[in-house]
Amino acid sequence: MLTRLLSGDTPRSGLLTALLLIVLISLAFAPFLFPGIRSLETAARICIFIVLVASYDLLLGYAGIVSFAHTMFFGIGAYGTALALSTTGPGYGALIWGTAAGAVVAAVFALAIGLFSLRVKAIFFAMVMLAVASAFAVFVSQMSWLTGGEDGLNYKIPRELTPAFKLIDEKILGVRVNGKLLAYYLVFFVSAILFLVMLRIVNSPFGRTLKAVRDNAFRAEAIGYRVVWYRTTATILSAVMAALAGSLLAIWLRYTGPATTLSMEIMIDILLMVVIGGMGTLYGAVLGATLFILAQTYLQTLMGVAADATSAVPLFSTLVAPERWLLWLGVLFILSVYFFPSGIVGRLRAGRA
Amino acid sequence: MAKEHPILETQDLTIRFGGHVAVDGVSASFERGSLTAIVGPNGAGKTTYFNLISGQLSATSGAVLLNGEAITRMSVPERTDRGIGRAFQLTNLFPTLSVRENVRLVAQAKARKGFDLFSVAESHVELLERADHVLAEVRLIDKAEQTVAALPHGDQRKLEVALLIALGSQVLMFDEPTAGMSVDEVPVILDLIRKLKSDMDRTILLVEHKMDVIRSLADRIIVLHNGALVADGEPADVIALPVVQEAYLGKVPEPSETAEAPEVA
Repeated sequence: MLTRLLSGDTPRSGLLTALLLIVLISLAFAPFLFPGIRSLETAARICIFIVLVASYDLLLGYAGIVSFAHTMFFGIGAYGTALALSTTGPGYGALIWGTAAGAVVAAVFALAIGLFSLRVKAIFFAMVMLAVASAFAVFVSQMSWLTGGEDGLNYKIPRELTPAFKLIDEKILGVRVNGKLLAYYLVFFVSAILFLVMLRIVNSPFGRTLKAVRDNAFRAEAIGYRVVWYRTTATILSAVMAALAGSLLAIWLRYTGPATTLSMEIMIDILLMVVIGGMGTLYGAVLGATLFILAQTYLQTLMGVAADATSAVPLFSTLVAPERWLLWLGVLFILSVYFFPSGIVGRLRAGRA
Repeated sequence: MAKEHPILETQDLTIRFGGHVAVDGVSASFERGSLTAIVGPNGAGKTTYFNLISGQLSATSGAVLLNGEAITRMSVPERTDRGIGRAFQLTNLFPTLSVRENVRLVAQAKARKGFDLFSVAESHVELLERADHVLAEVRLIDKAEQTVAALPHGDQRKLEVALLIALGSQVLMFDEPTAGMSVDEVPVILDLIRKLKSDMDRTILLVEHKMDVIRSLADRIIVLHNGALVADGEPADVIALPVVQEAYLGKVPEPSETAEAPEVA
């Protein structure tokens, strides 16, 4: 049953299984295990980024397609939901059709880009995507009458998903059972389902063919696979998943703007999460996203604590001063890429053999 | 009813790269169940001729007919679907995947299951069985789990043949299948090709340098020289021709005739 749910793609490493279970349990019970607004925000962000990073891995790790436009699809999904909610008011109908419209637009974009540019060499494709994504970001920030420009959009979501809504009056394990909790579990379960769907896709005959195309597109053609169609379909699937992740973010934040969805920084974060976790292993997305976002969120705090504790040691306390957290984040990446070139998952699986 | 077409035919097939004519008006037809060796010195256009038939290159002029149908403008996968199978001179496999997965992918392509998104690949037992059957045939079944990149060269050549067997095409094209193999491995490959020819009534095209291999396998020999077809016939007759003697038996060619040194078999 469990193997079936994971599409036969089990973690295949004791330590990896343990780490994934820790992440799963922590996310599933996050509101109860780590009370507080900030930790719930972090947990939801991790859920959404797991989907986003996994969708990017589908493209990069499985199909071998390098694209720098993934945030565009993420943004299309987020703006789809945001625009529907802000123009027609906070109803479930708007939420659903906005999300669906975002996914459809992302799919159409991906289809067009795929057919026009997947025939060219990988490096040119990457450049074309970069240009398209940049143009899209500029376009969104210029269309301020529709998108709110750089300020983005604030909107209401259905009341049942907001803190103002109380499901029951009593607290459970000291946690208020309100709309925010429901919104978190919406994010959690949708993310889990999307992840399992992607796990199925990469282990399907289609996913296997993608790996063949990645390994040797020339030979894949010679045994009868129409490579352009496989690459285009992979781009579309990846774009739709990214758009759905974007919609989740739009619902969770009740705000959508260029900085939260379209920025180049997010693109680079996604790339790092895939590489750190391990390309071509969707589980890598889980670990990469979790570690990265935890580091991003808590490294500064942690360093503050360290700096205070070591204030007597002159040089060291300066080095770990909280404002230098980006430096240390950078050091962590360099070390992880150096020591785990095949990512954490690659390392753990190799260690077992 | 019209007369039966030869399974494969090339009509005045030509490709130019700038001023250089790599294949120059080659017309030949291939009968069902025959094994034709294509010989000629290096640079004679043998591999280019293969690429024109299997579609990696597009002809400048002329036509390729499969069962009488023009396939000259079709893409590689379309030609593969219609029954042209190709093995490559330089080993050309899926290096990070397992040996079994390489063959399974071919079986999957043939079963047209590549766009199946929502079933688990391993659940298609018939494809795995087909892969294992072929691997047993080429004696690679013990190495089914290994990654291709880790295989010795000879085994990679065997796998190359295995992919072609799994494809089960009407026309099978081998480009120097024994190149770089050790002496004791060569007979394994030759037996496989011989078996393909006798068991399955397939049409086989073979680019080969080794004269003993050609003598033991071929029904017919075609000689290409500077892109043009210069001889076509029974092996014994063709081998006796001066042009073949020059290219294969060490006679000095006239300087005007070949730019490159002929390969010694």
